Amino acid sequence: MNSPVFDRQGDEGDAERVDAAMRSFATDFGVTAALHMESCVRCGLCAEACQFYVTTRDPKYTPVLKLDPFRRAYLREASAFAPLVRALGLVKKPTIGDLQQWQELIYDSCNMCGRCTTVCPMGIDIAELVRNARHGMFKAGLIPERLALMDRTARQWGSPATPAEDLPDILAEAAQEHGVEIPCDLPAADLLFTAAPAELGDNTRALAAAARILHRAGLRWTMHQGGYDASNIGFNNGDVELQERLTRALVDTAVKIGAKTVLLPECGHAYGAARWEAARWYGAALPVRVVHMTEFLDELITSGRIRVSKVGATATFHDPCQIVRRGGLEAAARRVLAALGFELIELKDHGVTGFCCGGGGGVVSNQRAAPLRHKVFELKKQQVEATGAEHFVTSCGQCLITLEMGAKHVQWDRHPESLLELVADHLAD
Amino acid sequence: MDLLDVARGPALVFALTVFTLGTLWRLVTVLRLPRMTDLSAPREGAPSDLNAAWTGIWRGLWPRRAFGAAAMGSTINGYVFHFGLALIFLGYAPHIEFIRRITGIGWPALPDSVMYIASGFTIISLLLALWFRLSDPVLRTISNVDDWISWTVVFLPVFTGMAVMSGPSEAILARDDVLFRGPLAVHLLSLELLLIWFPFGKLMHAVWFGFSRAATGIRFSHRGVRI
Repeated sequence: MNSPVFDRQGDEGDAERVDAAMRSFATDFGVTAALHMESCVRCGLCAEACQFYVTTRDPKYTPVLKLDPFRRAYLREASAFAPLVRALGLVKKPTIGDLQQWQELIYDSCNMCGRCTTVCPMGIDIAELVRNARHGMFKAGLIPERLALMDRTARQWGSPATPAEDLPDILAEAAQEHGVEIPCDLPAADLLFTAAPAELGDNTRALAAAARILHRAGLRWTMHQGGYDASNIGFNNGDVELQERLTRALVDTAVKIGAKTVLLPECGHAYGAARWEAARWYGAALPVRVVHMTEFLDELITSGRIRVSKVGATATFHDPCQIVRRGGLEAAARRVLAALGFELIELKDHGVTGFCCGGGGGVVSNQRAAPLRHKVFELKKQQVEATGAEHFVTSCGQCLITLEMGAKHVQWDRHPESLLELVADHLAD
Repeated sequence: MDLLDVARGPALVFALTVFTLGTLWRLVTVLRLPRMTDLSAPREGAPSDLNAAWTGIWRGLWPRRAFGAAAMGSTINGYVFHFGLALIFLGYAPHIEFIRRITGIGWPALPDSVMYIASGFTIISLLLALWFRLSDPVLRTISNVDDWISWTVVFLPVFTGMAVMSGPSEAILARDDVLFRGPLAVHLLSLELLLIWFPFGKLMHAVWFGFSRAATGIRFSHRGVRI
């Protein structure tokens, strides 16, 4: 057996790290988390739902096993018989060794994609419990260093990609390169458009594509230094303070410029963080509407605000987990594909039961997880090839990057395409 | 006072007390934990929480085809012993008489032949479940002491019950005296063991499953996901 792979941040001693993790775990046991911790019958069905188990057949990747230290914390700290459990030593307190070994299981080999949730006969939302568990791991300074580096950067800059003060220059350069105006820091607008980190670096094509569509729709919109990166690295890492700060930056900026809508980029975790969790951190129902690019395109096309020409080819679609399985936009993406005239050939596993690309939950940025990620890619590659479709489309930038990296690794000649860019490239007069 | 008197008297009272108080305590402890209200705007057309809860509960009854034959096999086997246990406990005439003596409530029994078939299927199904747990690498890895205790305390009443089926139930009920007092005491004590273990282990899933599935149904229906 390989020795566990783990990183540490900070100078705290082992005991302090364990205590910090246990304190954090205990605060995460609300009624739903507790119900889900209580209900497991260890039937093992979640294993067959997990891409990391399916592609390796290693039982350690069984989703519910990834919760073991969290389960032990629950039994010792929050369960009905916790005092008895502690007094009699019935369940061992997780040690620093357990937590270090655990790091690989909940950061490197869990996409928080929630496919396991859909197979669980008890309805346990394992993905959400893993996210709760990450809160404790972050507090203990026990997350993969690559993710920690991004976290530190985002804490300083408000984005893991670029500091806010560079945004105007980046947008100006992108505008010049792609020949489209990208407004920045307008004092008032109806819509605040946000980006994913890669779009502020190597992939400004997506920004330009969105800009062309927004102009065509005749909207009053802007990007803004106050809140521009929607990816929310805190959501993935388990850094709840950062998650709250980044969430507030978006909402407060939108309110400040009078925007009624925050438009999210093609990013899955941005949708999870901003659409479904932002209100929790904001402390009230949001004063703005948060919309993912996929549903925005669907609305623009359906309402006739933009028109698109037909591509007239076959396509298959990779369902991004946070947007479809955990976000509810399965039909929206398919309506956009239909408007583009694609004949859709579904992957063997698609929609709510589609397999993750392997990069979700920060795994795409976690370099040491690359070998495992490539195994998962093989699964997707086989399913795409089986369709024989001419186009391979998705609607999440992180999925695109993961799939591109996988394709490059095996020298696959197929390239995933962005739904947003397809729409932008086929705007009709 | 022999063993049967103990099993029918103080041991039964003790087991029922532990079962009732333990189950209530575990339930209340969880349900009084902080509840996180979902303040996000629901997806347009999202059902009410009640409908969403029912959707979640029903959705968990059967695995999607995408999860393959293993999920189907495991689910079918689970249904066989769950239904078998329910049939045996609630359909066998001496069991109904036992419940009637304690609660005053009774109902018509199922024919003995149905009981024999149900017992046979239940025992085979429980043995299959044990075999899966012992032989499947995933199940072996994730199993803990709760799984082994829970399996044992469910299997024992069925197994010891088979041993005390001393003829047609009409004849058993017509007798003034119990023919095999020792074996019946063991059977009753095995049931009491199950009752005592119930609040402490995974057998509580009989209570949790509805809450757990409902919570997930509500979470995802709110988002417009057909979980």
